[in-house]
Amino acid sequence: MEQSEYKIEISLENKPAARDPVAETIKRDLLAKKGYDQVSKVRSGQYLRLILLADSEEHAKEIVTKMCNDLRIFNPVTQNLNIISVKKI
Amino acid sequence: MTIKIAVIQFPGANCDLDAVHVLKNVVGVDTSLVWHNDFKESNFDGVILPGGFSFGDYLRAGIIAAHSPALDEARIMLKDGRPILGICNGFQILIEAEFLPGALLQNESLKFVCKWVNIKVINNRTAFTHRMKKDDVLAIPIAHGEGRYYTDNLKELEENDQIVFKYSTEDGSFNSEANPTGTLENIAGICNIEQTCLGLMPHPERASESILSPKQTTDGRIIFESMIEFIKRRLT
Repeated sequence: MEQSEYKIEISLENKPAARDPVAETIKRDLLAKKGYDQVSKVRSGQYLRLILLADSEEHAKEIVTKMCNDLRIFNPVTQNLNIISVKKI
Repeated sequence: MTIKIAVIQFPGANCDLDAVHVLKNVVGVDTSLVWHNDFKESNFDGVILPGGFSFGDYLRAGIIAAHSPALDEARIMLKDGRPILGICNGFQILIEAEFLPGALLQNESLKFVCKWVNIKVINNRTAFTHRMKKDDVLAIPIAHGEGRYYTDNLKELEENDQIVFKYSTEDGSFNSEANPTGTLENIAGICNIEQTCLGLMPHPERASESILSPKQTTDGRIIFESMIEFIKRRLT
């Protein structure tokens, strides 16, 4: 099968159990102080955008999921992997 | 019998020479500074992963170094019970290489915390603490931004006696004031189940000579002396 390039966006999000002082500070010391009190929850994380060769969108997701698990791109104790989008380019 | 210790140098390490100095000149043991790509476990009886940074600490502190070939070599030492000590960034590397469980998160204050603190000995049966008494309090400095230990399985850690040091007050009590980073249960250092691999955030290499201590203490030295004594016993 001919491979194509895919753009994948992933986020590494902190699990709810571990405290997230970056998000707490953004919410408490910036958003709330500046009047955005309609915001009830903020969580911080990391964002990665990758371009890779794959057979299909599903294949691209499989490669990225395996890579992130094998190489501990996220720490499974405190973070979840979230695939935000996969697009053929 | 000549005991040989390696201090592994990753790009960004900055406490490597301090560790070599203390081992060579204070403890008096044959110690080599070894670039991470050149490290071969068969030449050494014990290994130290020093503090500082590694590979810019990109993605997460210690994660890129955890995939270095040096850690494959160190894993062989872990399996046969040779002692492995990770200090600060070295602790972060041991966590990311899964030699030790859990995670080290950004300090609760979001600040880099650099000061002298006290740690209390919780487990004195490890390769690094057997020359101490349980409940001894050591004066030692910390200097890190990501040292807030977290685990989702504290019970297992306690049951296996893997908590080695906890931050405490000078008189050995635990409270939030004695906790400099918001670390879970005041945890400052943990070991593997076999008690041969220790990771700790404080810097024993900066607390091994009285001239460097505000209280003229040398408490950090006991960690290295215990390690060397453990190797001697192992080899005889």
